[in-house]
Amino acid sequence: MSACHECSFGSCPKELPPPFKSQSTTPHVVAVVGPPNSGKSTLFNRLTGMRQKVANFPGVTVEQRVGRAKTRGPREVVLVDLPGVYSLTPRSEDERVTRDVLFGEMANSPKPDAILLILDCTNLARHLVLAAPILALKLPTLIVLNMADDLRSRGGEVNTGALATELGAPVALISAAKGEGVEKVFQFIEGTAAGRSPLQAPKVELPVLQDVPKCRQWAGQVGAGAAYKAPEPPLWTRRLDQLFLHPIAGPAIFAVVVVAVFQTIFVGARPLMDGLQGLIQSSGVWFNHVLPHSVLTSLLVDGVWTGVGSVLVFLPQILLLFLFIGILEDSGYLARAALIADRTMAKMGLQGKSFIPLLSAYACAVPAIMSTRTIENKRDRLATIMIAPFMTCSARMPIYILVIAAFVKEQHLLGPFLSTQTAAMLSLYVLGFLAAVFTAKVLKSSVLKSERTPFVLEMPPYRWPTLQSLGIRLYDRSKVFLHRAGTVILLVAIVLWVLLHLPLQNGKAPEIADSYAGMLGHSIEPLIKPLGFNWKIGIGLISSIAAREVIVGTLGTIYGVEGEELEHSEGLRHALQNELSLGGAFALLIFFAFAMQCMSTIAVVRRETGGWRWPAIQFAYMTFLAYAGGFAVNHIVRSGLLSFIGLQP
Amino acid sequence: MQLSFNKRRRTSKAAATLAELKQGEQGVLESIDLPEDTAQRLMELGFLPGAPVTRALSAPGGDPRIYRIDGSEVALRRETAKHLILRVQKKTT
Repeated sequence: MSACHECSFGSCPKELPPPFKSQSTTPHVVAVVGPPNSGKSTLFNRLTGMRQKVANFPGVTVEQRVGRAKTRGPREVVLVDLPGVYSLTPRSEDERVTRDVLFGEMANSPKPDAILLILDCTNLARHLVLAAPILALKLPTLIVLNMADDLRSRGGEVNTGALATELGAPVALISAAKGEGVEKVFQFIEGTAAGRSPLQAPKVELPVLQDVPKCRQWAGQVGAGAAYKAPEPPLWTRRLDQLFLHPIAGPAIFAVVVVAVFQTIFVGARPLMDGLQGLIQSSGVWFNHVLPHSVLTSLLVDGVWTGVGSVLVFLPQILLLFLFIGILEDSGYLARAALIADRTMAKMGLQGKSFIPLLSAYACAVPAIMSTRTIENKRDRLATIMIAPFMTCSARMPIYILVIAAFVKEQHLLGPFLSTQTAAMLSLYVLGFLAAVFTAKVLKSSVLKSERTPFVLEMPPYRWPTLQSLGIRLYDRSKVFLHRAGTVILLVAIVLWVLLHLPLQNGKAPEIADSYAGMLGHSIEPLIKPLGFNWKIGIGLISSIAAREVIVGTLGTIYGVEGEELEHSEGLRHALQNELSLGGAFALLIFFAFAMQCMSTIAVVRRETGGWRWPAIQFAYMTFLAYAGGFAVNHIVRSGLLSFIGLQP
Repeated sequence: MQLSFNKRRRTSKAAATLAELKQGEQGVLESIDLPEDTAQRLMELGFLPGAPVTRALSAPGGDPRIYRIDGSEVALRRETAKHLILRVQKKTT
């Protein structure tokens, strides 16, 4: 679930600190370590001002993230945020990352000079177990007791001075979410950067590391020595669980939440979207008016502005989706959802842990595939990677929204709560999920058969999502989306414009049908005709191999080039209504539900599976399914079988 | 008839594994009968011999179930929970 998204073309940590100043010595490297869900990433964000994604869910950070601390000292301080671990005995990919970085065995990652050990002080006795192997590393370490506000409000106590003596390391009681006590952390890293080491011999001797019961005993002893008083159980969490895990109310609430999210995305974002669309169209007209008539103007307005603009229109809806996912994750509800879903996942032959990546694949398959690193079982992990791209990611939303708005008549199904368009959208989401279930079943009963690994999931207490964290998510997502619009989509738009305007005929641009793009479209037309697509859709399909949302931009450019009058009319929606039959429109939706049109996903699957074999199989399989599905739907709709449920062209 | 008989038998016999704990009931963990790897992971989460465990809520349908252990709540499937053996407790009556 890392926010690293556009990184899949090889050069991942693009947010690496800039080259270090030459006058200072080598940078001071500080590792941020702690058990899952203890607030490492929140503190990391505080210290760096960088936007590492945070959620109230174990396993958010799956690879090390690097950022520059905002310190005042002369020496550069580099912070490395590591995946959460309970011990230094790794059992999954992400835990191995932590171990390797700490021991200096990670390629491209220097051995840390100091450590920030983040512990959740509402459960200190157990979390202190991790202090034993960390202190055994003999590096300058600050014990950061996070969630001080929670501890206080629930009546817990700890004597930080006594704890520091017990462990022989300085202790800071902070609340990373509220920003309380963070200056103590800054002081520590500035101090160690200047060469001071605050480490002393611990008062209580460290236990034998491999012996978990001994370690826990040691932790209990240390906690007692620091007069640790565990807080009262989180009352509100228990009350809310009574409701959210109620045998009947629980699943019902889950269903209501999902439907409400989609209904809001559809209805709530409409005005924003229409406004944005109007703005882009009128500005295009205005540009055409103001700028001199030339090839360059045509490239800028018809190629770039129309192409990129028709994708930009979907930003409000995608941000709304991410806002909702963010609230669900940060509040802690997602862990309950994983619990509710575990039985279904078990039937698929997967475990509840696969649910987490699969759910985040609804946003984007790339971070989802990276978050499969938390799954210990190799075969389970591979199966999850294989099915993740079937989940309806946000890049599918533009084409879904466009086609549904053009072909499904808006009607109330259940009063104002569910409209036909929302229902159509939801059924596409369900369809993707079913394809994933089917594929998982096939894989888990054949090539990827394995012993069932136990499902072990910690339930975090519910917390209020902070505006800051939600704001960071939306900012992050907009950045990723705009970055893609500015790179992949821009590039495709330019290439497409060139292909649409060549070869020149008598020194003028050809008709679309005679252009290179047209020829390309025509050449695959025989192949896609059975799906109900013409050659123009064919051009869209080819260009969307780069990324799914590109098809909307491509169609925008094609119809923008074709007819001036389209720019003034209601645009793409009407163009599509003329261009596609109902069968073709539905086939297009099915095709996009199944096909693996995303270079980023292909690249990340290659990276995570260590070769081209699995991404190749995946691409072939998904394309086959998309073609077969599109073919079937087109013919079913054409045969009129659907007219009895009231769907008419 | 049958039902009431079953009920009586269950209440008179203390739970032998985590899976047999009823909601709100507490037991003391004795041992973990699972492969090294899994056992280690559970121990890191606090499932250690001698630790008190309370069964809390469960997913709709009764599986997986949440257990309160060492200050936090951890969800386990029945198939795992039945391998966590509880200490035999003397009846208080």
